[in-house]
Amino acid sequence: MEKVKEKISELGTSRLIVILFLIVLLIIATLQGQNMATVSSDIINRFGMNLFFSLAMVPAIISGTGLNFGITIGILAGILGGLISIEMGLTGLFGVFAACLMAVPFALVVGFFYGKLLNAVKGNEMVVGTYVGYSIVSLMCIGWLILPFKSENMIWSIGGEGLRTTITLDGYYDRALSDLASFEVLGVTITTGILVVCAIACFLMFVFTKTRLGISMKSAGSNPIYAQAVGINVDRMRIIGTMISMVLGAVGIIMYAQAYGFYQLYNAPLTMSTAPVAAVLLGGASTKKIKIGHVILGTFLFQAIITVSVPVAAILAPDGGLSDVVRTIVSNGIILYALAQARGNK
Amino acid sequence: MENIKPVLEMIDIKKDYYGNQVLKGVSLKVFPGEIHALVGENGAGKSTLMNILFGMPVISRTGSYHGTIKIDGQEMKIETPADALKAGIGMVHQEFMLIPGFTIEENIKLNREPLKDNVFSKIFGKSLKSLDYDKITQDTQAALDQLGMDMDPKRPVEGLPVGYMQFVEIAREIDKTGVKLLVFDEPTAVLTESEAERLLLTMKALSRKGIAILFITHRLEEVMASSRHITVIRDGQFVKYMPTSDTNVVEIAQLMVGREVEVIERHKKNLSEDTIMEIKDLHVDMPGEAVKGVDLNIKKGEILGIGGLAGQGKIGIANGIMGLYHSSGKVTFEQREIKLNNPKDAIAAQIGFVSEDRRGVGLLLDESIALNMVVPSIQNQKRFVKKLGPISLIDQKAVTENAERYIKDLDIRCTGPSQNVRRLSGGNQQKVCIAKALTGRPKIIFVSEPTRGIDIGAKRLVLDTLVKLNEEYGLTVVITSSELAELRSVCDRIAIVTEGKVAGILPAGESDAKFGLLMSGITETDSMEA
Repeated sequence: MEKVKEKISELGTSRLIVILFLIVLLIIATLQGQNMATVSSDIINRFGMNLFFSLAMVPAIISGTGLNFGITIGILAGILGGLISIEMGLTGLFGVFAACLMAVPFALVVGFFYGKLLNAVKGNEMVVGTYVGYSIVSLMCIGWLILPFKSENMIWSIGGEGLRTTITLDGYYDRALSDLASFEVLGVTITTGILVVCAIACFLMFVFTKTRLGISMKSAGSNPIYAQAVGINVDRMRIIGTMISMVLGAVGIIMYAQAYGFYQLYNAPLTMSTAPVAAVLLGGASTKKIKIGHVILGTFLFQAIITVSVPVAAILAPDGGLSDVVRTIVSNGIILYALAQARGNK
Repeated sequence: MENIKPVLEMIDIKKDYYGNQVLKGVSLKVFPGEIHALVGENGAGKSTLMNILFGMPVISRTGSYHGTIKIDGQEMKIETPADALKAGIGMVHQEFMLIPGFTIEENIKLNREPLKDNVFSKIFGKSLKSLDYDKITQDTQAALDQLGMDMDPKRPVEGLPVGYMQFVEIAREIDKTGVKLLVFDEPTAVLTESEAERLLLTMKALSRKGIAILFITHRLEEVMASSRHITVIRDGQFVKYMPTSDTNVVEIAQLMVGREVEVIERHKKNLSEDTIMEIKDLHVDMPGEAVKGVDLNIKKGEILGIGGLAGQGKIGIANGIMGLYHSSGKVTFEQREIKLNNPKDAIAAQIGFVSEDRRGVGLLLDESIALNMVVPSIQNQKRFVKKLGPISLIDQKAVTENAERYIKDLDIRCTGPSQNVRRLSGGNQQKVCIAKALTGRPKIIFVSEPTRGIDIGAKRLVLDTLVKLNEEYGLTVVITSSELAELRSVCDRIAIVTEGKVAGILPAGESDAKFGLLMSGITETDSMEA
């Protein structure tokens, strides 16, 4: 009993509230007669899809730049890599990995410059990051129109130039990783491929925090003056942290797209930073401290609530328009709760 | 004199902060029209006494005080700064309380502006009255004239020389009607010599007008030159009340510093003549602790103390050598010149440093004891890591062993190497800092304010640890501390830093008076010779 109590108090009140909320949602869903196997499959699918974004918060937070609201820039780099892979007509698993490889250089470059920018605005990283993200998304709206992509599956069929808003991966690498070695248990689909990749990524990130570089970065983030006093180049650590974060964002969007089946361009990436931010906060991270456990728990809780609340809301408010409103309120409400309540709690 | 009623009398004032007795019965008497000097070392309780006199919120928040305060013979309980103002007590602050963008007259009259009616105020009430600028200028001019200052009241305070700002502060206080007692808290600390002289003249002029002045300082010449009576306090205790004419600088210095120095039986060791570190003309731009040209030779294997009053620059020396604040000059360590402004180079030379700001600079509060000890070594010496191809991974086993060793050696009270340092007591945190410095295998260790903010028992342990390291391993130790008694109990030699320079170096056994004189910035050549 003592052990249980200890575990619960370690979890923290805000986490308990969120978990209770999820349980209530699940009970309602069951009472409504929803197909729980489908709901569970969805949760697992979305968990794998989104984990990389949450993981991208880790290097940013430990290097001291806080939650990376500028992750959208990394996402854009990832989309660029993905589009190149489609242009080249790459398919299957090879397509996914090639897309990632091509996205990484872009992500490193934008990460470097974004890191420089963050060093210039110390203390306001998160606000600046949000708006830089917005600006770059808008800038890329022009970019998508004028970039010289030629593949017929990507450009507008009328006019013959400019990329479409939604680019399907059908015929390229739609669910190439998610469906890899996937299997069903009691009607629940386990997307083995992506989950294994996520597990490896989490493990690598964990190892990274134990390396010399990782420890230097952690020191720089947790106490810059201390770090300076022991000879760590704080600004450099912040730039490296930002670059790694951007790379994870770029890889993240490719993982997301292969599970979703589409790349979404133009304004779609605009608000993509809020979900992972909310997820890690829900998981127990703060703007200063994060553990891999926070990433995993947070992503699961956040995605599960979003996934369950949609069908529940649809039945509670059958009028099509209204259920969408409820869904928006719930998802944004969770984000708000995470930002306001969960911040700084253990 | 004695038949005149004192304007201020504080009798047997006692105050504790959370059980820590900082004032143990201090009494003070100030007569009208006199300059009364209150002298004492840092931490003697001067500022606490003044906080009580001004009814500062910090006093009432921590359970008020015991004792009696009489103003003009009337017993009073001062609970808020407003009470103090009403009682006619004015204060010239050490740090200026002025708004830079406002003019001199606006600053002087702030929140006490003479008002006049206008159309709106007649309709909407008095908060819309306009300021009577003619009257403001007139009053300000009068106050400035009284001080003999030739300044334009309409000039903004911003950009005024520091000395002038001080006078604006004074002008504001004397402009308040009914001021009977003015407190000057270390007013000359920021002034140049000529400005200080001028200030003393002004204080004398004010006292002749019947205003009593309570002068807090540690510059003993100024005390001798201006005051009529002196009250000395030390460690929160009243030491002596005496007329200035009956005493001299040496006696005051002795009273201020003097305390039973705990004599620790130590091996009289023969100090080596080898210099391990040579500091030449070191300037360090550390706010509040500026170093202005320190020359110092540190001998191999000694325990050198760096003492002096707060704000005189003693803290800046170690911080400058370690590259934490911008510095210039020349530091040679074992025949090798240390690159200044480069923490990495100092660490590479195996100079250990325990910062005075434990929590701010010294520790990663949310990390484990074990990790705190090894971060500098991982970073700079690539120790405690295992190579796995291109990756250098932390060697958890070595890290834990290192932590266990120091936990045992330094007697760090904790639940184990993995405990977060935030949860440790101050003394144990300090020991982690020392362990961190030792893990880097230093050849010399700079320890700043090692006992600040830790309790008496822990103090002893920390100091003993330093002595032990020195005696057993021959480690050269440089301790910077505001507590002279502490330095005298462990050091071989003590350098006193005053106004950013080394005022003199004395053997630890030297008399109180000589230390007191050096700390007060009196550099008589004969008092420097041991």
